[in-house]
Amino acid sequence: MGSAIAQDVLVEIGAMPVLVRTSSPEFHQILQERYGGFVNSAAHPAFEFEVEIVPPGSIPTAIGDDEDLNVCFESGRWVLERGDFHAELDPALRHGRIWQSANPYAIDAAFRIVHSLLLAKQGGLLVHAASVVRNGRAFLFAGVSGAGKTTISRLAPPNATLLTDEISYLRREADGYVAYGTPFAGELAQPGENVRAPLAALYLLAQGAENRIDPVADADALRALLQCVLFFAHDSEIVAHVFDSACHLVQRVPVRRLTFVPDSHVWELIV
Amino acid sequence: MSPVYIARTTEVAARMLGGEMMIMSARDSTLFSLNETATAIWQAADGVTPLAGIVQQHVCANFEIDPVTALRDAEELVEGLAKHGILKVSDQPIVETK
Repeated sequence: MGSAIAQDVLVEIGAMPVLVRTSSPEFHQILQERYGGFVNSAAHPAFEFEVEIVPPGSIPTAIGDDEDLNVCFESGRWVLERGDFHAELDPALRHGRIWQSANPYAIDAAFRIVHSLLLAKQGGLLVHAASVVRNGRAFLFAGVSGAGKTTISRLAPPNATLLTDEISYLRREADGYVAYGTPFAGELAQPGENVRAPLAALYLLAQGAENRIDPVADADALRALLQCVLFFAHDSEIVAHVFDSACHLVQRVPVRRLTFVPDSHVWELIV
Repeated sequence: MSPVYIARTTEVAARMLGGEMMIMSARDSTLFSLNETATAIWQAADGVTPLAGIVQQHVCANFEIDPVTALRDAEELVEGLAKHGILKVSDQPIVETK
C-alpha cells in the first residue's frame, strides 16, 4: 500500500494566506467545500498548517470533550487545546501541526485563533460582529450572542454585501480600518463574500422598541469593543497589541449604539 | 508606620481615553478604568516616591479633599490595584519594575 499524498489548500482570509496540508482526501474535500470562496492557490502562505487526521477520541489533548478552549504559550510555541483538537504553532517558523478528526469545526477554530494571534501584531482585530458593505463602505454590528448580529444581517437590503454574520476581520491601514469578508458563519450558516471595504462605522447592537442611533463615549466604546474582540491568549505582548488597536479604532472610527426593532427599516439609518 | 512605595507593573496596557485612564491587565485581560484621583496616583507611581508623598503632591494639591481621607482612599485603591496585578507595592523603593 502506497503512502498517502499530501494535498495543500491555501486559504486566504483578511489578506493572510494560510496553507493547510493534509494527506486525507476526505479532509481536503471538507476544506475545499467550506472555504471555497477563500481559496487562493496563487498566494504566498503567511503560515502553514499540517493537519493529521486521527480518529475521534484519540486526539492527543489533555482536556475533556466538554471543556473550553485552552491557549497557552510554551517554549516559543502556541499550544491550542480543545476537546476535539490539539494544535501546536511555532510563530517564528510560521508553522503549525493540528491533530483532529475529519471535521470542519476544529480547523475553523484553529483558523480563528491563528488569525487572531497573527493579526494582533499587525494592528488588526477579529471581532464578534456582523459586517456588511453598502455603497462601498463597510459597517460593523458588534454584540455578544443574541444581540442581533444575524438578525441585522438577514435584514440587509439587496444592494448590501455580507462580509460575515459572526466574526469580522479588521485591519489597520494607513487611511483607517478595512473590513474583510470571512468564511466564519453564525446562524445564517452562510460564509461572507471574499471582498474588502473601508470601515465607515461600528455599531453596538441593542434590541429595543424603536430604531435609533445614539452616540457612545470613547471609553464606553472601548469597553464594548473589547468585550467583542476574539482574544484567546493571556500574553502581555498580545494584550498590549489588542488594547492598542482597540483604543486606536474607537478614536478613528465612529462608534454608535444602534437600537433596533427587527424589521428592515433599521437599514434606513445605515448610510 | 513605614512608608509605602508603589510602581506600575509592566503586565498592563494603559491609555487615557475620553478623560478616563483605561488599563488592561495582561494577566487576565480584565479592563479597569480609573477616575481622576486614581489616575493621578497611577501616573505618579514611580516606585521611589512614598504613597503619602504622592497623595500630598498629586491629590491634595489638585483636588478638594482632606489629607487623612485622601491617604485612606489611596491605600484602599492601591490595595485593590495590587490584587489585580496593576500596581506593585513595597515597603522599600521599587527601582526595577520589570
